[in-house]
Amino acid sequence: MEKQYVQIDNLSVGYQGKALIHDICLGIRKGEIVTLIGPNGSGKSTILKTITRQLEKLGGNVTFAEKDLYKLPFKELAKKMAVVLTERVRPELMTCYDVVATGRYPYTGYMGILSGKDEQKVYESLETVHAEELAERPFDAISDGQRQRILLARAICQEPELIVLDEPTSFLDIKYKLELLSILRNMAKKKGITVIMSLHEIDLAQKISDKIICVRGDTIRWYGEPEKIFKEDIIRELYEMHNGYFDTSFGSIELPGTCGVPEVFVLSSCGNGIPVYRKLQKEQVPFAAGILYTNDIDYQLARYLAAEVVTEKPFCEISDQAIAKALKLMRGCKKIMNAGVVIGDCNRKMQRLIDEAERVNSKKSKV
Amino acid sequence: MDIRRKRKMRYSLVFGILILAFGVIIVLNINTGNVQISIPDILKILFLRKGGEVEYNIIWRIRLPRLLMAAILGGALSLSGFLLQTFFANPIAGPFILGISSGAKMVVALTMIYFMERFSHVSSSALIIAAFIGSLISIGFILLMSRKVNHMATLLVAGTMIGYICSAITDFIVTFAEDTDIVNLHGWSQGSFSGMSWGNVKVAFLVVGITFLCTFLMAKPIGAFQMGEGYAQSMGINMKVFRVVLILLSSIFSACVTAFAGPISFVGIAVPFLIKKTLGSANPLVVIPGTFLGGSVFCMMCDLIARMAFAPTELNISTVTSIFGAPIVIFMMLGRKKGK
Repeated sequence: MEKQYVQIDNLSVGYQGKALIHDICLGIRKGEIVTLIGPNGSGKSTILKTITRQLEKLGGNVTFAEKDLYKLPFKELAKKMAVVLTERVRPELMTCYDVVATGRYPYTGYMGILSGKDEQKVYESLETVHAEELAERPFDAISDGQRQRILLARAICQEPELIVLDEPTSFLDIKYKLELLSILRNMAKKKGITVIMSLHEIDLAQKISDKIICVRGDTIRWYGEPEKIFKEDIIRELYEMHNGYFDTSFGSIELPGTCGVPEVFVLSSCGNGIPVYRKLQKEQVPFAAGILYTNDIDYQLARYLAAEVVTEKPFCEISDQAIAKALKLMRGCKKIMNAGVVIGDCNRKMQRLIDEAERVNSKKSKV
Repeated sequence: MDIRRKRKMRYSLVFGILILAFGVIIVLNINTGNVQISIPDILKILFLRKGGEVEYNIIWRIRLPRLLMAAILGGALSLSGFLLQTFFANPIAGPFILGISSGAKMVVALTMIYFMERFSHVSSSALIIAAFIGSLISIGFILLMSRKVNHMATLLVAGTMIGYICSAITDFIVTFAEDTDIVNLHGWSQGSFSGMSWGNVKVAFLVVGITFLCTFLMAKPIGAFQMGEGYAQSMGINMKVFRVVLILLSSIFSACVTAFAGPISFVGIAVPFLIKKTLGSANPLVVIPGTFLGGSVFCMMCDLIARMAFAPTELNISTVTSIFGAPIVIFMMLGRKKGK
């Protein structure tokens, strides 16, 4: 087998001699972003800590740029691999500049005094993470999001070929999450820096990663491109999701809908139904939706949340069976809601349902 | 760019003040005592080696060695504290709190009694080695416990308890020892800089000097370690070696102090804290020499007070260091609470 840039062969990881996860085999190419996903406590951190050599490996091996990772002297490794850890650091009396400057450690002389070139690197790294203005602020006086960016700058400042990040987005709000991940993306693609990280947000993992590692039980359950991994059944099994849904196209997570005999019928198309579905779901009212083309965005959500969906094939004229089915359902419902239907050439028959809805509703309001 | 110039100014200022204080306290220390000697006379005696025989002897035989010892051991004690604080990532760690001084005291007391009984003489190197072994025993216990308990507060309590056990054993030994064997022990076990000989000063200077140099050369990895173990290792530090070296250095410092002057409290916590705050930095490159200098000044000052406050009765050095040190520690803890 051809050796990859980072080649992991039969690696076993764990604590105090007890293997938690074994037979990890995978290859990573230069400049790839590889993300570990899996439930809490599945051992993502253990794998990362073994790769960064914070933990001793228990078996197998890792080669990195054709060298045995575990035989490299720490000093040499420090010039090639940088880390962003989950442990919270609170260094005393250090400015953000100082923290980033610690990344120059492998390059400075015996007393660790920064040269002009080192200082320039520190500023460049701060620029990369858009944190120049934080340079002189004390590290323990900034927000979690800022801190995470500074720690990333520290890692970048180390000029590594490989960056290992353990849940780098944990304390961040959405804005910083996106910012952090796009910085990583840029680094990987422009500078060819390889990124290995663990993420909790599977939706983000899907969007940023070149490869996904699914950790579960005592082994790597799946490994490959996100397209192969992000399948409803894989995600469901990986996280043992018994209720709720994972949308594979967008990586969004849905709470389960309410089952039962539909009480409300929702008429909609082109996304108009989505807010109505969510509202009904929150109030736990079982509802029916229709008539939806299976390529309508409303359908993508209705299939998870609605108790019944009346569908039609894309771009076809609505069939009489569908109309009949919808009318039958409407009659059983206490309420019919028109969330907004866009009528075109193919779905002209929807007008019948809309008229029916108006008739029923006006009759009910008279009563 | 501006911040670095500001920092340099601050460092220079702090070091300037420390050196000035160092000089002033030396003069004060030589000058004060039951026998008053004028400053011109002192300078004559010190630099020209001329003067009245009584004054000459007082300065060269008594005050100067004692003063130098306070300076050397004060610095050593403070640095020992700084190293332990770095190691445990806790500002309240120190040789006294963690029971390391008491462990050293116990073994020194045993050694002293043993040697006095057999040879009626103890060499200072034997005492240092005994203190070093005692320190390592205490640290060994603490490290063993730190594997079981992750909680820092528990570890500090455990250290304090070890300290009490060692003190109890020492008291027990002292109670049942022959009076002639323990004449020196009473004053010593409470901590004191009195009765220092030039031989003591030479040994202490050598041991502390070499250890100080080693510590200073460790400034770079110590700085990296302040970011935590994981990051330190990722920067290329071999953590196993680093930990051992750090513990050994700090043990040698505190052993040397305990061997000569007995256990001295609070210096190891208060001085590094004050120095870091005044320097506005935790960078070991400045904190290590600053802490040493600060410790010297602090201990010389405390010794002066111990000698003079209720002259001719001398106080224990720990009495004075506690009075100044304990409030600083309390203040420090309050400050930390507020910070969080």
